[in-house]
Amino acid sequence: MRQCLPSEFERNGLWDNGAPERHEVDLGPLDFIPPGEGRAYRVAGRTIAVFRQRDGCLFATDNCCPHRGGPLADGIVGGGVVICPLHAWKFDLHTGRCIGEDVALRTYPVRLVNGCIVVEL
Amino acid sequence: MSPRQRERLVVIGNGMAGARLVEEVLQRDAHRFAITMFGAEPYGNYNRILLSHVLNGSHRREEIFLNPLPWYAAHGITLHVGVKALYIDRARRVVVGKPLHRSAVPYALDGCDHAAAPIEAPYDRVVIATGSRPFVPPMDGMGKPGTFLFRTLDDCEHIAAYAKHCRKATVIGGGLLGLEAARGLLALGVEVTVLEALPQLMAAQLDAEAAAMLKATIERLGIRVLLQAVTTRILGEERVTGVQLQDGMILETDMLVVSAGIRPIVEIARDSGLAVERGIVCDDQMRTSDPDIFAVGECAQHRGVVYGLVDPIWDQVKTVADVLTGVKPDAVYRGSKLATTLKVLGVELVSLGTTTPVQAGDEVVVYREPSRGVYKKMLVRDNKLVGAILLGETETAGVLTQMFMLETPVPARRADLLFGTASGAPVLSVFDLPEHAQICNCNGVPKGRIKEAIQVGKCRSVAQVGAHTKAGTGCGSCKSLIAQLLEVYAGEVTEDPSEHYYVPGVPLTKPQLIAAIKEKKLKSVSAVFRELAGGKEDADSKAGLASLLKSIWPQEYEDERDARFINDRVHANIQRDGTFSVVPRIYGGVTSPAELRRIADVAEKYQVRMVKITGGQRIDLLGVKKEDLPAIWRDLGMPSGHAYTKAFRTCKSCVGTDFCRYGLGDSIALAQKIERRFQGIEAPHKLKLATAGCPRNCSEAYVKDLGAVAIEGGQWEIYLGGAAGSTVRKGDLLCTVKTHEEVLTYMGRFIQYYRENAKYMERSYSFVARLGIERLRAVLVEDREGICARLDAEIEAAVAAYRDPWATEAAHPISASQFAGPVQIDSTRAEEGM
Repeated sequence: MRQCLPSEFERNGLWDNGAPERHEVDLGPLDFIPPGEGRAYRVAGRTIAVFRQRDGCLFATDNCCPHRGGPLADGIVGGGVVICPLHAWKFDLHTGRCIGEDVALRTYPVRLVNGCIVVEL
Repeated sequence: MSPRQRERLVVIGNGMAGARLVEEVLQRDAHRFAITMFGAEPYGNYNRILLSHVLNGSHRREEIFLNPLPWYAAHGITLHVGVKALYIDRARRVVVGKPLHRSAVPYALDGCDHAAAPIEAPYDRVVIATGSRPFVPPMDGMGKPGTFLFRTLDDCEHIAAYAKHCRKATVIGGGLLGLEAARGLLALGVEVTVLEALPQLMAAQLDAEAAAMLKATIERLGIRVLLQAVTTRILGEERVTGVQLQDGMILETDMLVVSAGIRPIVEIARDSGLAVERGIVCDDQMRTSDPDIFAVGECAQHRGVVYGLVDPIWDQVKTVADVLTGVKPDAVYRGSKLATTLKVLGVELVSLGTTTPVQAGDEVVVYREPSRGVYKKMLVRDNKLVGAILLGETETAGVLTQMFMLETPVPARRADLLFGTASGAPVLSVFDLPEHAQICNCNGVPKGRIKEAIQVGKCRSVAQVGAHTKAGTGCGSCKSLIAQLLEVYAGEVTEDPSEHYYVPGVPLTKPQLIAAIKEKKLKSVSAVFRELAGGKEDADSKAGLASLLKSIWPQEYEDERDARFINDRVHANIQRDGTFSVVPRIYGGVTSPAELRRIADVAEKYQVRMVKITGGQRIDLLGVKKEDLPAIWRDLGMPSGHAYTKAFRTCKSCVGTDFCRYGLGDSIALAQKIERRFQGIEAPHKLKLATAGCPRNCSEAYVKDLGAVAIEGGQWEIYLGGAAGSTVRKGDLLCTVKTHEEVLTYMGRFIQYYRENAKYMERSYSFVARLGIERLRAVLVEDREGICARLDAEIEAAVAAYRDPWATEAAHPISASQFAGPVQIDSTRAEEGM
């Protein structure tokens, strides 16, 4: 089940049903994200969070926490998990599943191309 | 068997009894019945016992659901939600219901959408589990805006929403439910008055003396209690403004919650021609006067008794499930012995059976200790326990409950039952208990299941048994019995070591972890994971490790920002909408016109959404975008107030000797010295301080983590571990000193000791309560452990290492994107792809 509550500071475009075909977007250099942290990107009407784990793994998810709309890019990341900064809901970054609650985040394939982050929307 | 051949079971009511019955039936035989349920509430099934937790906000509504809607579908159950069953057509053998109006109260007498088509469910067997509705004592004006009943999840939400706009609330009913409602309201920040018609609180569970003690305890918490108070009229035109009592007294109130007991919901039985007295009359198999129709729970009357507690319901439900599925066709329910274990407003309470002597020869054993609010009472008849009350201290509740339930002879030394034996030997050997003896009364777990979990499931700790069987996970009073069972059947009790780890991801206690970090000279969080956790990074452990490392290595700590909470990455406090708050430091709460002007200019320039005076005598700029933080700090030209981190926050003060005519000591100068010295020093949790120029305590120094209070004779008292948040505690007096410098020394010593010895996220009030002020005095004042000089040196080093993060990072950000908001990616590029 995917759900995302509208929050006061963003709506991340989950209700946009347009553009069903997948396309890749270059988000710029990896160095923008310090090791172990996440940053948010507004792209194609939605806000996604990209996480750069210290072991080099990259993850991309929707930025909006399905609980109360917390900005996940500001969360603590480690061991394939992100913790929302508002109420500490935890999400598995591989699957998007919330740990302990029956909700999930949308995840996006992401890879590194010539030092740049490329996400598939 | 195909669905058509299956017997049809219709369950009327989807509360705790109805849903549990279906679970028990499925457990015995998952395929025997095609099950249809009627539920008047628009939800799955939830734990009604926890409603007050939803009211006070400690639980979210999702957290109290037992069976969410998908559970019903997954088990092939047809659930008619929001549909009220009206009658059982016993000739045609169908249950007939109609949908409720959307706005209708589920337990109301009516509320059905009569125009809607009836919903029919044919049956072979029916179980009625309609439960009960709130009892409303006769009075004028019930139903006007601001009057509430307290029974369902929706009631709860309506109350919470309305209370936001109220200052005073009144609860009618001083029973268990009423007090729970009062507790919930208190947590919502309204003044609460409880009106009880009887001369005592909780008449069903307590005797007069225990009730009086409970009343005193509750009143200390700030709830007003009026006994023998009968409400006759609710006042107010458009909404509630007050209530009038029988004696003419008028009480102002903004809202009224009625929680004065419950009455069984029996209309459907009556309308279907079944025998009904107080409840639906049932035999020892919980059959009504129609042998194919059963009743369970609060709507049922068994041997003249209607139960309103959950334990008897579980017993009834098991019997009916045994009979229905044919697992035990001759199963019998013989009635329940009543045991209540609960926490009323934080007060532990156990009540068993009869609470006042009824027969000549009943032996009463009583212990009372009013100063601590402790009361213990036992009633012994023919050498067996027939009733007991434990208030305020309930360690022996598990054993008492077993003795009561199983009717085993009580020990000759009765005191052992109230206080445990002097030698610590068990009063009751669990070894002697029969297999079916219920050990965990909250979750109904018998000894046999726990034994199996130990012998077959290889459980070796109380926590493992809990994870396996749920035993001990309710009120926890049976944990000592579970530990005894572990000793008997496994020969050992292993404490679950993870309970003692400092952080979950590194398997070491705090002293072990500190020793390992020092020995291996680990200066960063990633180094700790690499060296002590097998290279496995754990998100839950990062912030705790960062805090610890910073206190171990004040100078050399390698600050990896990803290990820190967002507030500590950007030195501001994240708000619910993702913006931040900025609180500049205002030493001792003393500011100047120039400073105020700068703050005003910044607020206007950056369109700050709110400027708020904080409780810590500072000014909060709210609704600031992350990107604006460095510029705001530069423009303010003031140091960080650290209102965002687990660290020294602020030191409030009163106006002291400069102006106040009562002032005995210069509280302002002291507060400023304290704040300049300890600003930003990190700790296991936040530290909020205050100084008071006299014992009138205008700056609330008695209820701060650390407080200094001036007394006559040019002296200062130093208090530790005070709190005035969700926990309220007056600090303990550490010592009395002469000078400001001495205050600084002792405060610094305590802060360092707290930094080294408290658990992560342990506030000073629990730390001080855990260690005890005598021990702290021995260590910090009498220097019994010979560590004072070292503590003083360590805190001095931490003070010396302090740098104002705002000044530092406004000029030199940690990374180029430290304060970056969401990056706008060109959408045309996005649409074109790469």
